[in-house]
Amino acid sequence: MGKHLRWLKRHARTWVQLCFTALSNGYAAGFVKGNIYKGRLKFICLPGLNCYSCPGALGSCPIGSFQSVLASRNYHFAFYVAGFLIFFGAVLGRLACGWLCPFGLVQDLLYKIPFPKKRKLLPGDRWLKYLKYVILVGFVIVLPLTVLDIVGQGQPWFCKLICPSGTLFAGIPLIAANPPLQAALGWLFTWKAALLAALIILSLWVYRPFCRYLCPLGAIYGLFNPIALYRFRVDQTKCTGCGQCQRSCKFNIPVHERPNSPDCIRCGDCRRACPHGAICHTFSRRQGETPTGAAS
Amino acid sequence: MRFLRENRAALAAIVIAVIFLAIGVWRGEAEVVLRKSINICMECIGLG
Repeated sequence: MGKHLRWLKRHARTWVQLCFTALSNGYAAGFVKGNIYKGRLKFICLPGLNCYSCPGALGSCPIGSFQSVLASRNYHFAFYVAGFLIFFGAVLGRLACGWLCPFGLVQDLLYKIPFPKKRKLLPGDRWLKYLKYVILVGFVIVLPLTVLDIVGQGQPWFCKLICPSGTLFAGIPLIAANPPLQAALGWLFTWKAALLAALIILSLWVYRPFCRYLCPLGAIYGLFNPIALYRFRVDQTKCTGCGQCQRSCKFNIPVHERPNSPDCIRCGDCRRACPHGAICHTFSRRQGETPTGAAS
Repeated sequence: MRFLRENRAALAAIVIAVIFLAIGVWRGEAEVVLRKSINICMECIGLG
């Protein structure tokens, strides 16, 4: 019994990811018929990068929705979607990335495939990790607001040129099920498919390259990590600074120094690896801890 | 009380989030989100 419980606990995150992805993309008829869900649930933004054109999607992608509102003629700021983003960020921080994002799940599963010389970070990581902020500002905010057609309508530039989640969960299943869409394929789909293929191959070698370097949603949630209701704490009376947490972290974050780094997706590997039980989170019931890093 | 003290910033952000959501609904942004999401997004699937 204890063995089964330990196994379940060790794989809890994968199960939560699978269940949440299945639930939030539960419109099975869409995959069969090659169309999408058109109900009122799509008023609601999901916490992860979950394309609303995925045949199964029951909710909306926050990044796609944010761009749609900015790109429409009538609005210069998307209060509604920003409300969802701030809410998810303030409650969960990047826990949403680690536990609730369908494209994060895909990358996690790919990284489990054996591959020679796996590495934690790409060369140039020190600078590359800021690319997601450039994408957030450039492709999600500035371009949809400023590049307009003759009627004053913008476009969702991140979805159009970058988003691999849209290609994987929406483009491929919809195009496969709709011959008229196949006839319309052009350079844009080729570019997006190539980007997706590159990220899939990279994910075999490096842990979650899209989340670490490109995802604008992760960039937003990461800013909330230090203040979110769900945070990590290091008990300085127990921590010996052995560095085991950093060695176990697939993003190489020195958790004992920066438990609430904007890059942390709350996978919990560091907590399990700590030989002294010094890392806990704000929802745990351990008493007598000295919280540090609340603002780091 | 301790919970409120330790989570001031998060709670303030949640209040702001709720206000933003209300403003967004009042301005009709939720309709824009719904309208976009119930139609196939050609940009998202690589055809737009």
